[in-house]
Amino acid sequence: MDFGTAADAAAFLLPWEFSPAALALCAGAVGLYAAGLARTPRASRPGAARPLAFLLGWGLVYAVMQTRFDYLSQHMFFIHRLQHLVLHHLGPFLIALSQPIAVLARGLPAGFAARVVVPLWRHPLTRFAYRSLQNAVVAPLLFVGLIFFWLVPSVHFDAMLSAPRYALMNWSMLLDGLLFWALLLDPRTRAAGAPVGFGLRIWIALLAIPPQIALGAHIALADHDLFDVYAVCGRIWDVAPRADQAIGGFVTWIPAAMMHVVAALILIGRWMRADRGPARPPRCAAA
Amino acid sequence: MRRGLTVACAALVLGACAPREEGWHVKNVAGLLPDLELQMTEAGGRAVSAADYRGEVALLFFGYTHCPDVCPTTLARLAAARASMRDHRDAVRVLFVTVDPARDGAALLARYARAFGPGVTGLRGSEEALAALARRYRVSYSRDAPDAHGDYAVSHSGGVFVFDRTGRARLLIRPDDPVPGIAADLERLAAGG
Repeated sequence: MDFGTAADAAAFLLPWEFSPAALALCAGAVGLYAAGLARTPRASRPGAARPLAFLLGWGLVYAVMQTRFDYLSQHMFFIHRLQHLVLHHLGPFLIALSQPIAVLARGLPAGFAARVVVPLWRHPLTRFAYRSLQNAVVAPLLFVGLIFFWLVPSVHFDAMLSAPRYALMNWSMLLDGLLFWALLLDPRTRAAGAPVGFGLRIWIALLAIPPQIALGAHIALADHDLFDVYAVCGRIWDVAPRADQAIGGFVTWIPAAMMHVVAALILIGRWMRADRGPARPPRCAAA
Repeated sequence: MRRGLTVACAALVLGACAPREEGWHVKNVAGLLPDLELQMTEAGGRAVSAADYRGEVALLFFGYTHCPDVCPTTLARLAAARASMRDHRDAVRVLFVTVDPARDGAALLARYARAFGPGVTGLRGSEEALAALARRYRVSYSRDAPDAHGDYAVSHSGGVFVFDRTGRARLLIRPDDPVPGIAADLERLAAGG
């Protein structure tokens, strides 16, 4: 990578493999949000932080999928791990943190919302799919399971070789990330309609950590090259395979685990503020 | 969750030592990669496309003649595998695509390819044709900055993509695959397997 000229920098910002679906999703989400924000009465608009988190989340997702970063991800293991950290953790985390549903709904054209989106959302099949995925058992199993699945060496090899499988891998991580963090960071209490209560969600956030640490450590500390597809297809930089793999393992291990801790802290804060939170009086009150 | 972890760990272990599908010695990539397609010039000067290699088992390998290690060892191993074939040796052609056309002129490339035997053909292309071919097979190459003597290293792929007589991508030879297995697979592929 050479940033000698403005043309080089511009080339970096262009998609390596253009995906109309990725562009449509990222631009559509941001456009819908902007339209919704414009229709929200000034008094009930969210502060700057939430729109910024939403924009940053989608901006990061777009950047790792549709710039030359994607090319680097195909040819350096640790960049690939950073790409998945954004697609599965950071991007969807920021998007869910911004609590965008109400604003997005307001952004839909009124007739379209009433005639298409609401009936679809309330359709029994949609409800069934939603209940099947967004619960305390399936959601964390799917979240952790997908990380493990795409890192099975033979599965990883084929995904890096085949363009359709590569796209499937990245899309599955993004969509599952959106589902998981939307479930976990739902601002509502269980009484107000959240599928899972705050207490159980804190458990989910924390219990998803050990498997990721185990996998990250297994990769980072492995004494041989687990993912030889990068040697077969060529690394971009002259980094030893074991070093590339070790950094990638640490990316899988540490920042991912930290984000779960942050999520748990946010949930504890929300739980304590919520009406149906722990009802115990402060201990020092009696003293 | 613990069960998921156990299953996934088992998958990791099994995935690492499961027998290769359908009895090939090297990696089977049927359906994973697109058919052979290229626009290059042979070191002898002939402009070629994939159609020129229909009917042959083509082995596509990216490298450069100044390469200190991967290219000569890989080409020597492919040449050895080809030489040890009994029946269909002449149907196997190694296509050595230079990722350093600036230094690998036609004469140098032809001499280098010939050194590894009659089955090796050197290919050169424009930067655009080379980039398109590398992108098609999801391989990378990058040239380091030249030193005081104008020398530079090139990072590139180590795998060899194998296409059957109809031009379909079938096998991928890894840098550590043993020669007898490569030879047996090439024999089987050349026989129409």
